[in-house]
Amino acid sequence: MRFSKAWLVATRDFKVFRKQKNIWYPIIVFPIIIAVLFPVVLNYAQTRNEGLPAETLLDLMNSFSLFFIIGAAFIPLSIASYSIVGEKVEKSLEPLLATPLTDGEILLGKALSALLPTLVVMYAVSAVYMFGMDQVTFGKLGYYYYPNWTLGTLLLVLLPAAVALSIMFSIIVSSKVNDVRSATSYGALIFFPFIGIYLASTTHIITIDINNLLIIAGILLAADVALFFLSTATFRREEILTKWK
Amino acid sequence: MIDTEGLTKKFGDLTAVDDLTLHIDDGEIFGFLGPNGAGKTTTIRMLCCLISKTSGTATISGYEIGNKADSLKIRKLIGLVPDNVGLSEHLTAYDNLDFFGKIYDCTAGQRKDNIKRLLEMLGLWEKRNVLAGAYSKGMKQKLVIARALIHDPQILILDEPTANLDPEASKTVREFILQLKSEKKTIFLNTHNLDEAQRICDRVGIMNTQLKAIGKPQDLAKTVNGRRTVITIEQVSNAVIAALKKLSLKNLTADSNTLTFNVADPDKENWPAVEAIVQAGGHIRTVNVVGSDLEGTYLKLVRSEA
Repeated sequence: MRFSKAWLVATRDFKVFRKQKNIWYPIIVFPIIIAVLFPVVLNYAQTRNEGLPAETLLDLMNSFSLFFIIGAAFIPLSIASYSIVGEKVEKSLEPLLATPLTDGEILLGKALSALLPTLVVMYAVSAVYMFGMDQVTFGKLGYYYYPNWTLGTLLLVLLPAAVALSIMFSIIVSSKVNDVRSATSYGALIFFPFIGIYLASTTHIITIDINNLLIIAGILLAADVALFFLSTATFRREEILTKWK
Repeated sequence: MIDTEGLTKKFGDLTAVDDLTLHIDDGEIFGFLGPNGAGKTTTIRMLCCLISKTSGTATISGYEIGNKADSLKIRKLIGLVPDNVGLSEHLTAYDNLDFFGKIYDCTAGQRKDNIKRLLEMLGLWEKRNVLAGAYSKGMKQKLVIARALIHDPQILILDEPTANLDPEASKTVREFILQLKSEKKTIFLNTHNLDEAQRICDRVGIMNTQLKAIGKPQDLAKTVNGRRTVITIEQVSNAVIAALKKLSLKNLTADSNTLTFNVADPDKENWPAVEAIVQAGGHIRTVNVVGSDLEGTYLKLVRSEA
């Protein structure tokens, strides 16, 4: 597989996505919720009566940080779903399939085109989130909680693995359905494992610490590799050309 | 250049292409004619290694279709104009071509030169920075042809390139195809347009799941339909008709002063007919041989299937 060819597909898709406004709504809305709404809500809770106890604040911030993983699953859905089905709608997939690109190069390019914007957005959002949270909690905690190694592990290891999982799943779904809406709807099934992690954390079944985050990331990375090979194995040019209506 | 032997494609119980055997030479324009559902696009997709064959063999420049290692080499040799334009509508014409040039490993210089040359030839250079989505149908079709040629392929495969185009745009595309012939490119042209095939193709094949006939357009018309002889005489009499009937002429028709019949070889078959008319007392004014056209041939072959 030639990475340069996959990169070509990705850069072409970046140019296309830039002009597709409907792709950008979820990419913009969800991060705003994380970066702005959470610090605002916490600030509101802090200003009422005596505010929240420090322990509760830390619990809440750990729970909030898991929304980065849920966001990581949500944000690339629209891009990844568009990547195959959108080409089908524009009927631009056949000429691409007729070129000397391999299935792996096409799929890796599609995955990169969804992965990189998502990571850029999420890292930008995390900076705003950390700054906002620190401003809100400094008075109670007496120190700046962020950045810390736990969130660093979550952002630098778990988040890319979660984004990749969501993308690979969406691409597999996209190559099996006929319209962007169905692709996004079925692709949203990938939320469930991440919501499960969030619920497990809020109910104290698992603790959000570096060790647990690394274990989860390891599982996700293994799933990423498996899904990539599954996506290339189930990407059937013939089916796409002859059965898509 | 392109060879197939017993090439067959089945989709479940449906046979789309049945036992297709043909040979297309270097530098030839080959027209592939047939009604909808005749297997033309399926044949193209097999030749471009987009779908698998069920049985038979096919090679392009010696590379075997169905061999995974050869598939990428075949795709490099071919430029495809699919039946759907399939442009990235949110990219400019220039960016569409540049992307495909990069895929085919054209250098920056080659891409720049080829894009300029092709867009100028097709009259699109001035609109190179316009989004492809804003192009008219005819302009899009031209752009797709330019895209197929961006890597200067030896073989160009076109699937209905003039379908849905207005006459002027169709003419431009036809002239461009003829221009490519002068560059010794091998062209495989799927078309419904019989007039177009007759005008630009060196040979045509008439397909209806199976290849029904193949040859030069004019020869094919002769072979399949033969020709018709039209003789005008002063007065068609019963004696003249009786004399001609003895010759067992095919499809003999007569009115007050015209006799018409089919002939396979006018030079051999017309003379006995003329002699018979004269001996039966007929006064001949004119003898004409009318050639059958490709449309007649096509309809005869396609309808015989129904």
